[in-house]
Amino acid sequence: VSIGWFLAVSVVVFCIGAIGVLTRRNPLVVLLCLELMLNAGNLALIGFSRMWGNGDGQVFALVVMVVAACEVSVGLGVVVAMYRRRLPIDVDELRELQG
Amino acid sequence: MGEVLFFFAGAGAIGGALGVIWATNPFYSVLSLVFHLLSLAALFLLLQAQFVAAAQVIVYAGAVMVLYVFVVAYVGGASVALTATRGARVLAVLFAAALAAELFIAVLGSGLQAVKTEGAVLTAQYGTPAHIGELLLTKFLLAFEVASFLLLIGAVGAVLLARRRGGLPDEERRRVSFYDVVRPGYTGTMAEGVGTAYHHEARPRS
Repeated sequence: VSIGWFLAVSVVVFCIGAIGVLTRRNPLVVLLCLELMLNAGNLALIGFSRMWGNGDGQVFALVVMVVAACEVSVGLGVVVAMYRRRLPIDVDELRELQG
Repeated sequence: MGEVLFFFAGAGAIGGALGVIWATNPFYSVLSLVFHLLSLAALFLLLQAQFVAAAQVIVYAGAVMVLYVFVVAYVGGASVALTATRGARVLAVLFAAALAAELFIAVLGSGLQAVKTEGAVLTAQYGTPAHIGELLLTKFLLAFEVASFLLLIGAVGAVLLARRRGGLPDEERRRVSFYDVVRPGYTGTMAEGVGTAYHHEARPRS
């Protein structure tokens, strides 16, 4: 299978994630769709790493995974804090960032 | 063999991604994402990235998804199955179609001849943990350290954001163990760290 097919899958997954981020209003699902986009980036990085035959792209992919894990933990912390303060779990309702 | 595996893994990855945005219940979105991540790990294996595939399964499909399931169960997923209005949905799909066209042109229409091949000739140790570990500790040492520091900040931030403000409800507060009385104040429990401890209000600092 040529590298181009892997890149095509990564493009499709990235765009599906973009649709999800734009249409869903539940912040949990928006975070899931961000994960989709990051994973599509990972697939492209690993595909290019295979294309060049050196491991640099795989290290990039690992760093992306670290960033995604941090983003998820902080994002879910925000969701839990919203739930505790009885705020609506809806990104369209939350237009202001306040302390 | 490779083609068949690629077909199934690629279809699983795309199908899982579609399931994430189609499911109305966030719980099913999470399960769909787990399926997507496992398919993606299979794709990584086809690209000879064994270590990243294993990390994907353990870190993502294991740890991160468990965190998601816990939060969905805590917040109560079914009641917030909301989507945007119809006009916004159409706009989003149009935007994504434009993005897809642009990315396909950028990725497949590029001048890179090697995209149409199966990749360079590999050394025997390509993608093994030894290879990745050596790269992380030599060429990418700074990125490695910054990533570990970022994980630390992420953990602290999550605890700070999700902690319980204003202490426990009264009923729970009365449950004081023997050690709470014997131990001097602020000598390190998790409850004190997030400000919900018994010592916090009930005893003067000594």
